[in-house]
Amino acid sequence: MSLPCGTRNYNYAEDMGIVRTKTHWVLLIAFLVILFTAPLYFGNYWLGVFNLIGITLIAAIGLNILVGYCGQLSIGHAGFIAVGAYTAAILTNRLEMPFLVGLIGAGVVSGLIGIIFGLPSVRVKGFYLAITTIAAQFIIIWVINHWSLTGGFVGIKVPYASIGGLVFRSESSQFYLIIIIAALCVFFAKNLARTKVGRAFIAIRDNDLAAEVMGVNLLYYKLLAFFIGCFFAGIAGALLAHWIGFLNAEQFSFTESILYVGMIIIGGLGTSIGPIFGVIFIRILQQLLTMELVPFLESTFTNFPAGFATGVTPMLFGLVIVLFLILEPRGLAHRWALFKSAYRLWPFSY
Amino acid sequence: MLKLNNIEVTYLNVIRVLHGVSMTVEDGAIIALLGANGAGKSTTLKAISGLLHIEEGEVTDGSIEWNGERIDKKYAEEIGKMGIIQALEGRHVFEHLNTEENLIVGAHNRRDRHAVRQDLEMVYDYFPRLKEMRRNTAGYLSGGEQQMLVIGRAMMATPKLMMLDEPSLGLAPLLVEEIYDIIRRFNTEQKTSVLLVEQNVRIALSISHYGYVMENGRVVLDGTADFLKNNEDVKEFYMGLSALGTKKSYREVKHYKRRKRWL
Repeated sequence: MSLPCGTRNYNYAEDMGIVRTKTHWVLLIAFLVILFTAPLYFGNYWLGVFNLIGITLIAAIGLNILVGYCGQLSIGHAGFIAVGAYTAAILTNRLEMPFLVGLIGAGVVSGLIGIIFGLPSVRVKGFYLAITTIAAQFIIIWVINHWSLTGGFVGIKVPYASIGGLVFRSESSQFYLIIIIAALCVFFAKNLARTKVGRAFIAIRDNDLAAEVMGVNLLYYKLLAFFIGCFFAGIAGALLAHWIGFLNAEQFSFTESILYVGMIIIGGLGTSIGPIFGVIFIRILQQLLTMELVPFLESTFTNFPAGFATGVTPMLFGLVIVLFLILEPRGLAHRWALFKSAYRLWPFSY
Repeated sequence: MLKLNNIEVTYLNVIRVLHGVSMTVEDGAIIALLGANGAGKSTTLKAISGLLHIEEGEVTDGSIEWNGERIDKKYAEEIGKMGIIQALEGRHVFEHLNTEENLIVGAHNRRDRHAVRQDLEMVYDYFPRLKEMRRNTAGYLSGGEQQMLVIGRAMMATPKLMMLDEPSLGLAPLLVEEIYDIIRRFNTEQKTSVLLVEQNVRIALSISHYGYVMENGRVVLDGTADFLKNNEDVKEFYMGLSALGTKKSYREVKHYKRRKRWL
């Protein structure tokens, strides 16, 4: 069902190939061309939205590896993003290291912090693990607020990203930086799921007892999942820091953490395409609600008290998500898979 | 009386697994549904009890009628209230409740409180082992006891039609015979019809009145239990016996030539 009719594997290279048919190639190249020429058609406003989507996507992919593939529920993802963001800020601002060092450093530090908060996963599962990861969120934010190195409540400034002499100052140059890193992350995540490590993650998610009996080292792979997931969060955090230019712990709220879980659920847990759908859906929805709907409501219903629209939009936001989960409980990726197989088998669907 | 009229079941709008299955379960009869793995037996049961939607399956054609009323679009709990109770494959006991509480959950939809007490005694009468274990947590019961508990729980709902999905799965031969004896007794004493899905053809046909053989989502053969027991193909392919009633020697027959092509 996963391959188009008549596509057969004649050797191992074909069997492992991601792009299999001419149509695949055409679609892929067309997509990449449109993606990389996006700054030509979109203004700074939409490029900013795309940049936010790209950064969110990197973090969501990490969370998807941790929650979707390995089944370790984490509700402290914004905390790990904060670790990455502040690491990059400290490295580039206070220690004046180059951007790339800050980027990798952010990933590694965030991953290591992730391992520490992932340690309870060895003993507890499910809801209980979720509670312990909430602790990560609050502890990290508390430390950021009370540590002189991070700038505390005042915040910290972050210089523009630069590689060699190239400074990523404009929205469009940052777009390229973010999109390329996001594309690499998507590629990595897609392939990770097909390796020994990815299979071990899925085995742990589906039946940890059976996985253990087959010789999967639970401690090692759970912590590895936490490391990879939080490494991605760190990378996203670093990019966010350089993109915004100024950090404050307010940006990494608990709500944001929950939103990340929401994104990967809406997209489809444990699929490589799920986070992409989920992130685009949530971020665009947020953008439309706050930027389009709020002014519209304010100007249409003038006899309501001022600011009522800002109060109404979160409710609408929640309503849309709830409706979405009721109508599409398996996520957008599932609908996408159904669409593909129906398209391929049309008109004889069985 | 349950009537399946040429039903087709499709999963995910893409995969069709039942291609026109028709069968009738008369009141008070034991009907066996036989066939190899993946023939569509469990799907048929799920179609009747309304559990398909969990796996995004759907009855796309044909109809299922229970005493003249169509039930193929109804929800599982409505169908349960109408008296069709399915004991799921693989012992889904409520592991944190004890044996007696499990049985009482079986009577969840009933309003006649006094009769529930009586029926509890009835189930204990059928399964004395459960009475000994009445205060034990269900999760810690052995496999055989859990299977008894699941059947007993289905009995507590005073079903008009009880559907059992592989009650012999993973049980010792002696225990299988015991359970089948109890199913037969329950059928004759309570006049409950039973629809039985079973891999163990010999024992299933020993208690049932009528049987259907399924292959690849179709009913390929049906008849009374005696007819099926004496049918050469059933004997050969499901019981592994040759025409003489002895164990078959693969040297003598090119058995693939004898295999019928059902269509």
